[in-house]
Amino acid sequence: MNELLVEFLRGFTATNEWAAILPEIMLGVLALGLLGAEMALPKKQQGWIPRLAIWGQVIILVATVSFAGWCHLEERSFFSGLIIQNDVSQIMRGFFLVSSILVCYLGKIYLSKQSLPKTEFYALVLIISAAMMLLVQSHHFIMLFVALETVTVAFYVLVAYCRTSQFSLESGLKYLILGALSSGILLFGIVLLYGIAGNPELVASSHDSLNYGELSNFILLNADHLIVRVGALLVIAGICFKIGAVPFQIWVPDVYQGAPTPVTAYLAVASKAAGFIVLLQLVGGPFIGLSEMLVPVLSVIAAATILFGNMAAVAQRNVKRLMGLSGIAHAGYLLVGVIASIYVPWAVYAVIFYLATYLLASFAVFGVMSLTSGVDDDQELDHYENFARRRPFLSGVLASGLGSLAGIPPLGGFIGKLFLFVAAFQAGLYGLLGISILGVVISIYYYFGWIRECYFSPPSAEVLQDASCSATASDRFLLGALVVATIVIGIIPAVLPVIP
Amino acid sequence: MGHLDTNSIFLLIAILGPLATGVVLLFGARFNRITLRAIAAFGFSCPLIIGLLLYSLFEPSLAGEYNFELRLPTGLESIGIYLHLGLNGISMPLFLLAATVGFAAGLYAMYSNAERLHLYLALLLCMLGGLMGTFASVDVFFFYFFHEFALIPTFLMIGIWGGAGRRGAAIEMTIYLTLGALLSLLGLIALYVQSGADSFSLLELRTYLTAQPLSETVQNNIFALLLFGFGILVSLFPFHSWAPKGYAVAPTGAAMLHAGVLKKFGLYGLLQIAAPLLPAGADHWFPWIVWLALGNILIIGLVTMAQKDLKMMLGYSSVMHMGYAFLGLACFSVIGAGGALLMMVAHGLSVALLFMLSTCIYHRSQTFELSAMGGLAAKAPVLAGFFVAATMASIGLPGFGNFWGEFTIFAALAETDLTRWIVAPAAIGIVISAIYGLRAVAHVFFGQPKEAFVARLEGGKITDMQAFEKLPACILIAGLMLTGIFPRIFSDDANRELAELYPQEQSNLPMIQSAALPADLEAPKEIKH
Repeated sequence: MNELLVEFLRGFTATNEWAAILPEIMLGVLALGLLGAEMALPKKQQGWIPRLAIWGQVIILVATVSFAGWCHLEERSFFSGLIIQNDVSQIMRGFFLVSSILVCYLGKIYLSKQSLPKTEFYALVLIISAAMMLLVQSHHFIMLFVALETVTVAFYVLVAYCRTSQFSLESGLKYLILGALSSGILLFGIVLLYGIAGNPELVASSHDSLNYGELSNFILLNADHLIVRVGALLVIAGICFKIGAVPFQIWVPDVYQGAPTPVTAYLAVASKAAGFIVLLQLVGGPFIGLSEMLVPVLSVIAAATILFGNMAAVAQRNVKRLMGLSGIAHAGYLLVGVIASIYVPWAVYAVIFYLATYLLASFAVFGVMSLTSGVDDDQELDHYENFARRRPFLSGVLASGLGSLAGIPPLGGFIGKLFLFVAAFQAGLYGLLGISILGVVISIYYYFGWIRECYFSPPSAEVLQDASCSATASDRFLLGALVVATIVIGIIPAVLPVIP
Repeated sequence: MGHLDTNSIFLLIAILGPLATGVVLLFGARFNRITLRAIAAFGFSCPLIIGLLLYSLFEPSLAGEYNFELRLPTGLESIGIYLHLGLNGISMPLFLLAATVGFAAGLYAMYSNAERLHLYLALLLCMLGGLMGTFASVDVFFFYFFHEFALIPTFLMIGIWGGAGRRGAAIEMTIYLTLGALLSLLGLIALYVQSGADSFSLLELRTYLTAQPLSETVQNNIFALLLFGFGILVSLFPFHSWAPKGYAVAPTGAAMLHAGVLKKFGLYGLLQIAAPLLPAGADHWFPWIVWLALGNILIIGLVTMAQKDLKMMLGYSSVMHMGYAFLGLACFSVIGAGGALLMMVAHGLSVALLFMLSTCIYHRSQTFELSAMGGLAAKAPVLAGFFVAATMASIGLPGFGNFWGEFTIFAALAETDLTRWIVAPAAIGIVISAIYGLRAVAHVFFGQPKEAFVARLEGGKITDMQAFEKLPACILIAGLMLTGIFPRIFSDDANRELAELYPQEQSNLPMIQSAALPADLEAPKEIKH
């Protein structure tokens, strides 16, 4: 062990490996800088803090992209194999940065309606973003667990951020308890794998048994061992909690409803995306030897997730719960892509493409929700009655976001679904394809039902009075950009650097 | 492969013209009516002008390939998707149909009194652009893409401008059609994956699948996906329930374009893609198609007779007539497919005309209830004349295109012993459609006017057709008579193309050589007996 430590220390002094995670470090520094700025800036100047957070991230995003490029990177390993950087991790850096920028922007809108401390929100969002970037680079279960816990703990705070609201506190508590449970399950699985893979009596055992590469070798040769199987299943179960797959979805509607809308968006998009990338890496990496066992398990989970999410969303009138439940359905489609990736390597990119279109569409919807919500931040579908007459621009944004989520051409979501379906077909997952189609058809009901609420209601005088929401020029610009990006991706998908 | 043509740029304009004008009108809330109409007129006429131009330039010797080919990359080359446009003998008539009905519907819509007219016209133009794209696509992916694209405006138009019950009908129709579209998408993806062509181009799929046909089971499965997917879109019995309800509440423009053209997408897909590429699958499912098509003709025919509402009756009758096209397809021969194609074109024109005229009637009677009307012919003889002509066309009277469609389909059915019996039940359908068609004419235009109606009639509020109603009606009637008197304008090119795709051995009989003499058709049939 001592030897390892020495080797590790020598490794990082000899080569300056810290440069490899410069974007994450910069995000951390920015987060700390925000906290410092709150103390340093006089009360009147506090309005600079969100701007600092947003523009700081924009600079980091530009720097990251221009420094390393988007894709076709060499796969490189750092910190003695703790992390590996490749195309996927680089693309996901951009993904998490874009989503945290958008969350900060939504947070600015949300916090302006509340009397809550403001700076911590941005700092936590930045820390989560950095931790998620590390999470998708991790090549070692220790790294994975530490990064995941950083994300989760910060989310505990964010979900319960609105301390005066009972809803927010309730959902914070639910998230805390179930999140802790899932972390426990994940950790238990990791420990089992660690123990069994370090057992010198078994072939291919390793002294660094949590490294993905070593573990992959071990599992390939010991795929039938009971503890290996139980450990892997527990790890998968822990991840399924994070992505909200059935039967671990129980927290999703309540937490989504109670959390502040920007946090809901962050959970729905970035947290879910991180979970899926980890799942892809595990299923295609250390657990590749267990495919025979995992494919049926994941298939059942995917089918149940698609059906549950869609059917539960049909009867839902609360829009945040609706987004949560439909998000479960999207997790189901993505799981189909994950299963396909075992047989068809390019399915990894199909999943990432889907996540990217999901990001754009979801933030368009959540953006409109943030802008239209009052202080209580909770909305029923009735709230959108006659929305098209009151807010033509916002309802256009909403309709295109919902259309993309439903997978209607020429919007990006359609191409995302197309890639997933083609990949699933090539992998021969016919049953899951059938269920996905069924799910998409059901989803038309509630997505178009929402659009119907906006556009097809007869005009009534009282709702026309409502002027609770006002979109500024920058709101319009941002939402318009999301819509344009959704349409452009739908027509020329090559603009995303992840075309399979 | 293929050859690229400078004229192909017109194809692109025929699609982008309506779309671009649609987008302009989307932001046209402040335009005055004249500007609005001028812009819309450009968008609506552009496909028709280009369609006629391309028809005159059409090179029939290219059978088996495409005229006016255009191939643009869209960034999906890695999975074999190009924006690949072109026209062949099968798609040309439908391309022209879409342009004609689009122009007529547009003319009528421009002078309608719809609220938020600019939005209405914009959506109609988007729908038209999607339609032109659908029939001009060689790439199977874009064929699907454009169809779905045209569905969104349909949904919005029904939801915003539809009649009573529009909220439910719009959602029901959308869910039903999405189910059909997704099933057919699965079938198309299956073709892509199983053929090994790694391309969505119809030409490449064809090359691969003729060189190496798929095994029978695979063909059966894929054909089932395509048959039921496309079948739902064409309201194949028993998947038709969305159609009458949807059309009954749809605003005129949407009903004309959807019932007239967009619905033909499914049949076109079966005709151009599914049946030629999967002959064994088509063979396997043939008895199913026959029974379901007979369900369309007889069961829905009887349902149509029972309708009391003019628009519901038209909706059901359009479902019913699809049965004939399916029967033509089921023959799986050059004649049968040609008959189905002719039927699609003629039916598209006649049903669009009927939907338009029913709105004209509504503006005068303020009701669709058949029993509440009567005696309209006295005040509106021109309207009565058009309606009678359109009804005759849809029944299948000689002189209109529908006649040749039905006739050719019957001829194809009578060709083999296996299918000969079908002629009898199918012919009953013609009687049924004559009964409900003529009954509707009698109810609306003749007989004694009912009380509620009398006051309006005598108050002088009822006028005959205006110019903006006459012009689109004339265009559609002209199309019907053109296909009725000179079916060869389409059938020759279609024949050449179909001969490349469909088996010949069943049919030594050339398709309608001359429209003038039905005896021409009888003669070879007798030789065969």
